[in-house]
Formats: sequence, structure tokens, C-alpha cells
Amino acid sequence: MSLSKDQVQHIAMLARLSLDENDIDDVVDKLSSIVNFVDQLQAAPTDNVLPMAHPMDQAQRLRADRVTEPNERDRIQQNAPEVRDGLYLVPKVIE
Amino acid sequence: MAGATDALHVLTLTELTKGMAGGEFSARELTETLLSRISEHDSLNAFITITADDALAAADSADAARANGNAGPLGGLPIVHKDLFCTAGVRTTCGSRILENFVSPYDATVVARMADAGAVTLGKTNMDEFAMGSSNETSYFGSVKNPWDPGKSPGGSSGGSAASVAARLVPAATGTDTGGSIRQPAALTGTTGLKPTYGRVSRYGMVAFASSLDQAGVITRSAEDAALLLGVMAGFDERDSTSVDRPVPDYRASIDAPLKGKRIGIVRQHFDAGLNTDCAARVKEALAALEGQGASLVEVDLPNLDLSVPTYYVVAPAECSSNMSRFDGVRFGHRAENPKDLLDLYCRSRGEGFGAEVKRRIMTGTYVLSAGYYDAYYLKAQKVRQLISQDFKAAFEKVDVIAGPTAPTPAFALGEKVDDPITMYLNDIYTIGANLAGLPGISIPCGFADDLPVGLQLIGPHFAEESVLHCAHQYQLISDWHRRCPEAFA
Repeated sequence: MSLSKDQVQHIAMLARLSLDENDIDDVVDKLSSIVNFVDQLQAAPTDNVLPMAHPMDQAQRLRADRVTEPNERDRIQQNAPEVRDGLYLVPKVIE
Repeated sequence: MAGATDALHVLTLTELTKGMAGGEFSARELTETLLSRISEHDSLNAFITITADDALAAADSADAARANGNAGPLGGLPIVHKDLFCTAGVRTTCGSRILENFVSPYDATVVARMADAGAVTLGKTNMDEFAMGSSNETSYFGSVKNPWDPGKSPGGSSGGSAASVAARLVPAATGTDTGGSIRQPAALTGTTGLKPTYGRVSRYGMVAFASSLDQAGVITRSAEDAALLLGVMAGFDERDSTSVDRPVPDYRASIDAPLKGKRIGIVRQHFDAGLNTDCAARVKEALAALEGQGASLVEVDLPNLDLSVPTYYVVAPAECSSNMSRFDGVRFGHRAENPKDLLDLYCRSRGEGFGAEVKRRIMTGTYVLSAGYYDAYYLKAQKVRQLISQDFKAAFEKVDVIAGPTAPTPAFALGEKVDDPITMYLNDIYTIGANLAGLPGISIPCGFADDLPVGLQLIGPHFAEESVLHCAHQYQLISDWHRRCPEAFA
């Protein structure tokens, strides 16, 4: 199955990725070849086979709801592109 | 045992420990020797960050601890970490522009356990961007060169780790393996690469690619060294929700037993058309050698082997697209300049920060998880994953380990496959099954084809690391492929 340019642009938007206009044809080609390649799975007989999400088939462990980590906001925010007064800054979202 | 410090680079961890314990050289001398080799051979591009000052300080502490009779199990031993293990105060880039300046506020569990055991960290190694690649060519910091031939790829994604161990810049390196990213570069560089059972080693602080497949391991120059390091890395960690709570054996205690009685499975489908004939010959010679040591060879089938790569390229991108959503240009990482609104900030920060292969995988994953396609692709792949896992279970009712090729060819030329994702993906056909099923596997050198190393892969049932290491060590007792060093780095 081949993907169209519109489909690829829609997928890129869902994934929040801007694509360079010059690259789009190449992205369409390569994504189409990947989708074609994984399409061979369709022929595998999987009636009554349970989907496998995890190699160990284990349940998530539970723990007591206790505070175990110290607040390291200042140190963690050293990696942020833009902060003020301990808050992350983003472009205005409400007019 | 070499006494002079100019030959320290060829020694294994086991030999280095003896040398330091016997007072032949200090951890500082060892560290200085290797740091100067690393800078002498920087054209390999195996490193993204070198932590010389921290390393010398750690070496001095290790020497002091040894003088006080408190040397840890890895006291003074040099190690380098793949650059997706978080290291407090040292940048962790994942080979990506988006994390080019990211400095982790904490240590990964693997990093912390090794440091607590006395290991000396020399730096962080180059890798395919976010571990997505099989050639190291997707790194934002450029390809690593294969020490056996600088025109060839060292494999990937743990290419910098494998190249630095092969070139005798360091005796050991950490790596991660999601579809073969430890074992395939180990095969292509003539090193020993161990991927433990899923859940055996903590993933805490290991930047996630595909969370149900990712596992930390090591690249070393012998199975015995891999056993030593696994003993330190393995074990329950409450900070990893999929860590398995199970005792850690002394992995070195059982590797010396004779191979007699060991049942080794030979997979019929491994020797189909896709395997290079010279590689097939080397692998068969190794199997004959194991048989000569008393193991019995038993034919087994993995009927869905061909479906493992397409299954992986649905499951891994799906998990990748979810994991990579944390890179938003707000909390950490690259941010686009002058965004006109929040959507533009997200799209351009990610568009500029990620390379082509990472974007392809995010989009593949987004597609297979999107409305209308989920059942046809993602759910279907999870069902085939179950079939592949059952194939291994059936095989392990007949044998103790499975042996075969690690990669279909020796190292390929840089640039050869970079424009053809499917050909690149098929490089991992023999390794991906162990990730889908969560099994431990190791690649060890078993000879050469066209003057390039060939890897033998051994895969075991869940938590059978001892069995896999046992076979690998016994083979290394009667072969010297793992001791061969590329001429330019002798």
C-alpha cells in the first residue's frame, strides 16, 4: 500500500513534526516502503492468538502512595529552554 | 600478564583486576593510558563526551580504596557508557540534536551500580540517534568508523561502544539492545556483546526507545568479563516498573563447567538464502567446535523467523512514537526560535531536533496506532509477536541454548544502506526475535570473512544468562578470535 502526500502530512501533524517541503517526496517514498514491508503480517494466521504486549506477561507492581523524591525543581529546570519564577514559558495560548 | 603500562590496553577486565591487586599498576596509570589512547584515536568518532577529570578523580578514589583493603568488585576498572544512559552532571545526548545540551540531573541505575562497585567512567559513546539504527549513521554527531576498516560501519546502535572496545580504547562498554543494538555491533567489530533477559537489568535512567523491548547490557572482549559486569548491573530496581525481582547469581561461578551434555539448537531457517556464505561457514565451524567440546547439536525450527522484522517494525515504532512525545521543546531539549504559537513550537522544535530516521519511526508508529489502522497493524503485530515467542518456547523444550549467526553479513560500507530503510532493517533478522520474546542473547567472535569479524549468536530461555555465558566462555577457551585486535590498534 502506498501512502499519499496528504496522508503523510496528516501523520506528521498528528506526530507534531514539521517536515521540510523539499523532503516530503522522500518521506512519502520511504514511509510507503515501510508500510508495504509490514503489510506481509496480514497473511499470518492469528485466529485465537492472544496479543502479546510484554515479554514477561506481568502485571504492574503497586506501591504505597508516599512521597519518596525530594523537590528538585531548580536543578531540573536548568535544562529548560525558558523558565521564569519556576514556571515553564510557552507562547501565549489564550488571547 | 603484561607488566609495562604500555600494554595495559589489551588486557581484559579479569586480567586488569589481577594486575591492580598485585600492585603491577594503579587505576590512575590505567586511566591515563586509556585516556591518551582515546584522544590519539579520536578519528574513530567513537565518543561524544570524554570525562577525563572525573575519571582521574574516580581512579584515585579506587586506588585509595584498594590501599585500604576496600576495593569494590569493579575497583579501578575502566568503563564507558552509551550516551543514552543518564549521567548526573554530564551531558546525555542520545546522539540527537534535540538533546545536544541536555545534562541529566541524575544517574541511571546501571551507571550508579557500576560506579558504586568502583568502576571508572571515561566517557559517553556515540550511537545511532535514540538507538534507532543499525549502522551508527543516524547519529547527529556523525558515524563511528569500524576499527577493522574505517570505510565500514561498526554496526549500531551501540556502535561507539563496540568500536571503542574493539580498538582497545577501553576494555568494556555499556550498550542497549532493542532489536540487536548490542549483539549486531559486537558481531561487526569482533567483540563480545551480551543482551540480558528483559527485566534482568534496570532501565531506570536509560532513555526509552521501545519500552517492551529495550534492555541494557555490555560489550566486552570476553564472556568472562561480561559475566563479571552483569553480576554488578543485574537485579531488582523499584524505580523500573518492569524490573524483575529475582536473585542475581554469581555469573562467573558456572562458566567453567565442561560443555558435555549441553543441548545446542541449530535453527533450520537461519541458514536460508539471506545469510552470506562465508559467515555461514564460520558459524558452522564454531558449531562443530562446540560439538567437539561435548555439546550435542539438535535441529530446531523458528517457523515465523521471517515475520520477526515486520513485527518489530510495527511494535517498536508504535512504542517509539509514544516515548518520543516527551520531547516537546518546553521542559528540556532543543527549542525552535520565535515560535508563532504553541503548535508551531512543538512542530518546529521536533522537526529541527530529530533526524530523518527518528522522524520516520515516529511517523510509522503514529500511523499504525491511528484510528482505523490500530487493529490491522498494531494488534496484528502483537499477535504475531505471540507466535514468535511461542516458537522459542517450543524450541527450548528440546534444547538449552540456540546458536546461529548474529548478522547476515560482515560489516558493510558506510553509506551503503543508509538510503534504503528496509535493507537496513533486515540486518537485524537474527537478533530481533530475542527482543520480541524477551530472551537473553550474546554475540561472540567466531572467525573472519573478507578480513572482517563474524559473530556467533547464542540465545537462551528467560533468565538463562548463565547458560549462554557458559557456552560462550567454553568456546572462548578453545578459540582466540576474541583476542584478535585490528592491526592499526595493536
